[in-house]
Amino acid sequence: MTAAPETLERENRLQALQRFLVDNPVVVLVGVLVLLFVLTDLVNRHEAGEPFVTWNQLSTTFLVAAPLGMIAAGQTLVMLTGGVDLSVALTATAAAFATAWQGGNGTAQGIVAGLAVGLGIGLVNGIGVGVFRVNPLIMTLGTSSVTFGLLSIYAGRAFEKVVPNLVETLGSDRFFDYLPANLILWAVLAAILILGLRYTGYGRMLYAVGDNAVAARLAGVRVWQVLVVAYALCGLFSAFGGLLLVGFTNNPDLGLATPYLLQSVAAVVIGGTSIFGGWGSYSGTIVGVLILTVLGSLLTLLDAMEWQRQVIYGSIIIVLTAIYARVSAPE
Amino acid sequence: MTTVPADVVEFRGAAPWRRALRLHGWTIAVWLVLLAMVPYWRSLSQQDFKFDVQALAIDAMPLCFAAMAQAVVVISGGIDLSIGSLMAVINVLSAREMVDMSFRQALAFSLLLILLAALASGFTGLIITLTRIPDIVVTLGMLFVWQGVALWIMEIPGGGVPLDFSNLALGNVGSTSIPNAAAVVLVAWLVLWLPIRWLRPGLAIYAVGSSRNSAYLSGIGVTRTRVGAYLLAGCFTGLGGLALSASSGIGDPNSGTTYTLNSVAAVVLGGVSLLGGVGGLIGVIAAAYVLTMSKIVLLLRGTDPNYANVYQGVLIILVVVVGGLLTRKTRT
Repeated sequence: MTAAPETLERENRLQALQRFLVDNPVVVLVGVLVLLFVLTDLVNRHEAGEPFVTWNQLSTTFLVAAPLGMIAAGQTLVMLTGGVDLSVALTATAAAFATAWQGGNGTAQGIVAGLAVGLGIGLVNGIGVGVFRVNPLIMTLGTSSVTFGLLSIYAGRAFEKVVPNLVETLGSDRFFDYLPANLILWAVLAAILILGLRYTGYGRMLYAVGDNAVAARLAGVRVWQVLVVAYALCGLFSAFGGLLLVGFTNNPDLGLATPYLLQSVAAVVIGGTSIFGGWGSYSGTIVGVLILTVLGSLLTLLDAMEWQRQVIYGSIIIVLTAIYARVSAPE
Repeated sequence: MTTVPADVVEFRGAAPWRRALRLHGWTIAVWLVLLAMVPYWRSLSQQDFKFDVQALAIDAMPLCFAAMAQAVVVISGGIDLSIGSLMAVINVLSAREMVDMSFRQALAFSLLLILLAALASGFTGLIITLTRIPDIVVTLGMLFVWQGVALWIMEIPGGGVPLDFSNLALGNVGSTSIPNAAAVVLVAWLVLWLPIRWLRPGLAIYAVGSSRNSAYLSGIGVTRTRVGAYLLAGCFTGLGGLALSASSGIGDPNSGTTYTLNSVAAVVLGGVSLLGGVGGLIGVIAAAYVLTMSKIVLLLRGTDPNYANVYQGVLIILVVVVGGLLTRKTRT
């Protein structure tokens, strides 16, 4: 019986490690990201004969990841409340169109038009979900189908599309050769979000509502206001993402942000934010976004087809949610 | 003297027709709405009645099946977002394989596809019950998976179906003026839903949807019932995919996109509560016709088709909002 305390201790240590990893999924995720980088590097060396991990590629990875980072930021907020926003991609596209439409009348007007469209769609979602208690999936699917209808009407009409220079700079330029302009914007947003979620009253209310809306209401939180603000912010962040995208491609089209819908949900889920709400962080989402971006490069290197990407991302969502639900379930 | 709750008194004392009205009021109302829309729809159209009815039935058929599939899942307490994309998978698979088939072969192959869709949907249900992740998350993932599979089977619209197979959707029953498209929906309801509805499995579906815990405590196999509901929904989804092939004559990997949202709208409009356990398929079928007719009416009025989509989207949101408010009041 002398071995018992030792085994117990080891078990305790294992349990402590497990609890640490469950509480800080970012640690595991960064490991996965590094592994993925190395794997991509190996594949690239094999296929193209040159390394993938270079300063230039690293900078490109961030440049490509930033729009998704913005859109996934909004998705994180909404998913923390226990909902999901399926209109992010079309909100981003609509914002891009609005910017290009008003861009001829001045940079400020273009950007304000884009952001206003995003905020407007977000508000409609928020009012539907928060005030009328429509299921978030159905509400956001509905607004995205309305947005798509309106967009296909206006996109069909001939108008001068001017993407303001500032937007273009933000979306595609790099300072000092390696520092993407949009990374600066993303870093600022990330800092505000991470600190805001942890230290402001609104941040705490967001977690409270997601964890248990009834308890939050009984504790005096106006749940509907928290929801409206969360969805409005999601619309706004999606609009930011759309602006960065149109700054990158310089030409708005209807399919501009389509792939970002699935990827934003996948990024948040990979980042360890619970799809049931009340648990997670934006730092996890950031790593999730980078993982998806590197995975995207890897899939491109391997000549993956569009359908394979869809199946892979869809499976990631299901499998990871199952794993997270299993590990973080109370004993 | 013992006091009896007021609603029990009313329940005992009420005339049978009153009870029927309370149970089926919504379904009756939806059918009345459908009937009320008919004169307006007729007044806009230049075609003869027979042609119009047939066009309506053909247009509504895939939505009817999608809505029936959604209704079964919703009644059992879940929701299935992957119906549209699974329909697209069946659509492209049938269109790719049936091009050179004879009518008989195509029919046999259809049965196989319906079975396949049922298994695929049952698989989704199995994932949901085994992992205990909410329906919404799993079916959202499956929405993308099936979309990918549909693209894999057929990248761009193409393929075809035998002429006689198309006729299952486009023709009339014998020499009557009853469109095949409506008859097929009716037969599917009679064969697939009615027997189950009146036997133990149907009762179990309603019980599980109404309260999973009470159903479990009453000795109902909750897991079995939920997976069964997904299996049955898969049959309807498969029929929906085949309906798309028969009515359009081709396969299109993007053909299913609108059916996810529209099926939910038809379910809510048809009187099935999204909370589960309430409603039936007859109202849902009427709701699918109402939604289709509202689209046709908009088009007949000369509305830009894109605007018609916008109006329909707004209408769907309104239906869900109002329906949600009403069912919440009646239930609590």
